Amino acid sequence: MQVLEAHAASDYKYGWSSDIDTEQLPPGLDEDVVRFISAKKEEPSWLLDYRLAAYRTFRELTEPNWVNVQYKKVDFEGISYWAAPRQQPKLGSLDEADPELIATFNKLGIPLEEQMVLAGVAVDAVIDSVSVTTTYKEKLGELGIIFCSFSEAVREHPELVRKYMGTVVPTKDNYYAALNSAVFSDGSFVYIPKGVRCPMELSTYFRINAENTGQFERTLIIAEPDSYVSYLEGCTAPRRDENQLHAAIVELVAHENAEIKYSTVQNWYPGDKDGKGGIYNFVTKRGLCEGDNSKISWTQVETGSAITWKYPSCILKGDNSVGEFYSVAVTNHAQQADTGTKMVHIGNNTTSTIISKGISAGRSQNTYRGLVKVLPKAENARNFSQCDSLLMGDKCGAHTFPYLEVDNKSAQIEHEATTSKIGEDQLFYLQQRGFSEEDALNTIVNGYCKDVFAELPMEFAAEAKKLLAISLENSVG
Amino acid sequence: MLSVKNLHARVEETPILNGIDLEIKPGEVHAIMGPNGSGKSTLASVLAGREDYEVTEGSVTFGDEDLLELDVDERAHAGLFLAFQYPIEIPGVTNATFYRSSINALRTARGEDTLNGAQALKVIREKMTAMEMDPSFLKRSLNEGFSGGEKKRNEMLQMTLLEPKLAILDETDSGLDIDALQIVAKAVNQMRSPERSFLVVTHYQRLLDYIVPDFVHVLYNGRIVRSGDKSLALELERRGYDWIKAEVNSPAV
Repeated sequence: MQVLEAHAASDYKYGWSSDIDTEQLPPGLDEDVVRFISAKKEEPSWLLDYRLAAYRTFRELTEPNWVNVQYKKVDFEGISYWAAPRQQPKLGSLDEADPELIATFNKLGIPLEEQMVLAGVAVDAVIDSVSVTTTYKEKLGELGIIFCSFSEAVREHPELVRKYMGTVVPTKDNYYAALNSAVFSDGSFVYIPKGVRCPMELSTYFRINAENTGQFERTLIIAEPDSYVSYLEGCTAPRRDENQLHAAIVELVAHENAEIKYSTVQNWYPGDKDGKGGIYNFVTKRGLCEGDNSKISWTQVETGSAITWKYPSCILKGDNSVGEFYSVAVTNHAQQADTGTKMVHIGNNTTSTIISKGISAGRSQNTYRGLVKVLPKAENARNFSQCDSLLMGDKCGAHTFPYLEVDNKSAQIEHEATTSKIGEDQLFYLQQRGFSEEDALNTIVNGYCKDVFAELPMEFAAEAKKLLAISLENSVG
Repeated sequence: MLSVKNLHARVEETPILNGIDLEIKPGEVHAIMGPNGSGKSTLASVLAGREDYEVTEGSVTFGDEDLLELDVDERAHAGLFLAFQYPIEIPGVTNATFYRSSINALRTARGEDTLNGAQALKVIREKMTAMEMDPSFLKRSLNEGFSGGEKKRNEMLQMTLLEPKLAILDETDSGLDIDALQIVAKAVNQMRSPERSFLVVTHYQRLLDYIVPDFVHVLYNGRIVRSGDKSLALELERRGYDWIKAEVNSPAV
């Protein structure tokens, strides 16, 4: 209780309610911390119980060590588990922002108004973006679509949260999932009613306060029968965060004939050229194709973070359900990525597709790790996997670990893997046709990633291409 | 147009070019012939600026520029085109996108407006028709899975699209059947003009039946050991390369 006392003392100084913006717990994790978080969020008792159970599980589990990455162990007692959303210092105009940041925004082609929001310029002046958000909320509301923060969903739609939370990623699932379940901060909640096709790409970008979801993000998306939603997570703009560890959970549930398309562009701060100060991104993402003929599609473009540990997966429970994973993972300098997917075939006639494109430059290490599992009763399962690695230079590494567990003879599994080097020949050829060295490199890389970019919503794809170009700047030579 | 003086080049420690002198004036077609390993392709690569080769001596002037000071893309911008002996495959990049990017890179370098998609496509389609190329080429990835003949034809299409001042053809005839050879020759002959020059590197005389050169040079051991007109190519065809080797190696000459 020392923690609480210390906190109470400081709160007393500033007052509980008026100065919520500056609250932060001292480092350390125990049951009281979990209780404190839940209390601060005014959560119902079932959610506190959920968190406490998760906390106890976390204490029983050990940190996984099978991952093909090396890093200084996280000191879980050195982290503060509660920091109330703080007001970012607001700037008067873009002229006051970090010029390097603005240069990157311009390279990405981010519109001026969005730049202001991202750079923390006071947005009151940007009337357009506020009104866009409002009309957008109204439009979704008319269709019965719920799109709000996770905390708001707990308050407004507790029955839905309680019904689905933890059904796809149980607290016991893994070390980081248990931690997240105990101390998760906030995140997104999406509910698409039966028969509704969401008329726009849902993006966290439009949600107010999305930048303050904290380091233990939690997202839950539910698609009722015959519905469709496309959800965009992340932002191509570089994101810095003082929290080194990020351990998110994303759960998707697709009912009969429903389809969820989940696209991510991840560009967390990768650290300096030696990887110092970069984000550790340990994420558990999983989708459940609960109903027959349901479909879940993950598309990710991963360019950031010092360490990425991430396997967006599909549980193909419904008959004829479809799981897809399209991934581009870029590592440069000292970055390390261990990413891939799990496709678990349970229903009959289920189909999964895995397209993974790894690009390694600098001294980075890029690992694909994927599991295709066909259960004994899953008749006629089909999987196609293609895992390609592209190496730039001779100091980086690419690794592929495909796991196959097939317990039904009717399954058809196809796996292709290639490793190639960006050839001097290719660069020379394009340069002889007038391309600058950088354009030549980008052309080759974009061609290599084409199958994945084709899965991204158009505008997102254009930004992702530019992001790749920036991530790989100066990596030939 | 192109003035090569006493050019020496090596790969790592191995000298390949040992003092090349070559003058190409606007409108001229020069053929470089020679036995395998004589340095023909190296000469083409060095002129285009390939990094694997180190120029150790000599000079190359292109127009009024010091060619050796220019980067690979700057040489292309200046109007130098190399038709590759082994064109490179680039998966996922369509020919259409590649042609347009290439045309626009050169236009930008010359200070001209770039072509939009429709404008570029119009030009590309016209030239493809002239080259008897199927429109389905446009959507295919650059050279990926192309037959040898298709690749060479693609090189010639790019040459007609980019309209270089000097086109270097590096054994464009190798591996081509007679029909493909005629298409290549037609592309070159249609582009011949008083302002444009060609350097045709070939092992065989056959191509020169269709592209009639103004000058023929024989390369051996990294030097031009003999120059003449078209009749020199015919003599090589008749007598092979051995008599040239013998003459060069004999101290009496």
